[in-house]
Amino acid sequence: MINKKVGTVQEALAGVKNEMTFMLGGFGLCGIPENAISELVKLNVREITCISNNAGVDDFGLGLLLQNRQIKKMISSYVGENDEFERQMLSGELEVELTPQGTLAEKCRAAQAGFPAFYTPAGYGTEVAEGKETREFDGKMYVLEPAFKADFAFVKAWKGDAAGNLVFKGTARNFNPNMCGAATITVAEVEEMVEVGVLDPNNVHIPGIFVQRIFQGKGYEKRIEQRTVRQRN
Amino acid sequence: MAIDKTGIAKRIAQEVQDGFYVNLGIGIPTLVANYVRDDIEVEFQSENGVLGMGPFPFEGEEDADIINAGKQTITTMPGASFFDSSMSFAMIRGKHVDLTILGAMEVSENGDIANWKIPGKMVKGMGGAMDLVASAENIIVAMMHTNKYGDSKILKKCSLPLTGVGCVTKVVTNLAVLEVKDNQFHLLERAPGVSVEEIQKATEGILVVHGEIPEMNI
Repeated sequence: MINKKVGTVQEALAGVKNEMTFMLGGFGLCGIPENAISELVKLNVREITCISNNAGVDDFGLGLLLQNRQIKKMISSYVGENDEFERQMLSGELEVELTPQGTLAEKCRAAQAGFPAFYTPAGYGTEVAEGKETREFDGKMYVLEPAFKADFAFVKAWKGDAAGNLVFKGTARNFNPNMCGAATITVAEVEEMVEVGVLDPNNVHIPGIFVQRIFQGKGYEKRIEQRTVRQRN
Repeated sequence: MAIDKTGIAKRIAQEVQDGFYVNLGIGIPTLVANYVRDDIEVEFQSENGVLGMGPFPFEGEEDADIINAGKQTITTMPGASFFDSSMSFAMIRGKHVDLTILGAMEVSENGDIANWKIPGKMVKGMGGAMDLVASAENIIVAMMHTNKYGDSKILKKCSLPLTGVGCVTKVVTNLAVLEVKDNQFHLLERAPGVSVEEIQKATEGILVVHGEIPEMNI
């Protein structure tokens, strides 16, 4: 067993610098690496580029890094629910690259899997395809999209072990598995660190080879963005 | 009389067939799930990574780790599955999802759709809409026929930035059911009490009217 476990979030984020590119898992506030984000705020790294499906809300998730003006550029598919984001974007303080959600996921997966680029039908004929190479296959048009390049990927899993094996829960899985191994260093934080050998190899979602550092996260808030319920009859 | 959002959802629900995997967009499309016949088997896919989505949870049973693409807390049905974003869009791009229902700001007679950006006003992003419309073979749009000033949103050519080109197959509005075919809108049904003339007046794109047009049965 190759040991990936580190004791603290500080150790897990060692080497993080200004102007780096980070991938951050999560969909809305679901499955976001809360501990890594808090530490990035404390480290106050600046001029960073963040690849993440959303930008959090004003006072949580990536919104915290936005409030602190640490982000130079966001690469996302949907950035509603965040007033500070909109303000910074419209004033030109923040550079934003909007990318179709499936393309965003696949640009992560391509980096993970060693593909330099791929063709997708998404965005053909729209401003997303402007300036990009297009090609016809079987009578349909596709856009060439390059893989992402990132320095760190910060992901959040439900359970993990010192070997770096990860198991996700529910829809908190989302972009997290696609970002593992897609950056130079992948840092996984887990709700529950289990002893090596406890996870059934049949049910490991991400094998430890894609993870460089893993640590036990603390104090998860797991905020709900839209609490919707039905009445009992 | 024009129908409301619930009416649109009820009419679209009639398009859902037994054995369909369906992706519902945010807004009116989400309501469609409430009106699907209960004697057929349908599975709802949400692009954030769940197939077999169920109703909202009972109060006190919400789970922050189980949400839909609208970030709402949900439940899952027996037989449901969770997966990552890449696999979710493999289902979508790979044409494994049978029906996509989404909202729009504008559609045009050649099947173009605009629903993600109003330059200078609203720039929230496309989310999964561009992937959905680029691949799905069966796309139904739920929308209002006109804007609040009475201007048509059923156009010759979209004025807003496009989400996809030549992809919409059917449009259900507060006034009518339209099929998009051969670069024209074909009038299939009228909202109860709405005349063909009213629909014609509210439609900027080419509207083909063949014979008697029945009223929607909702």
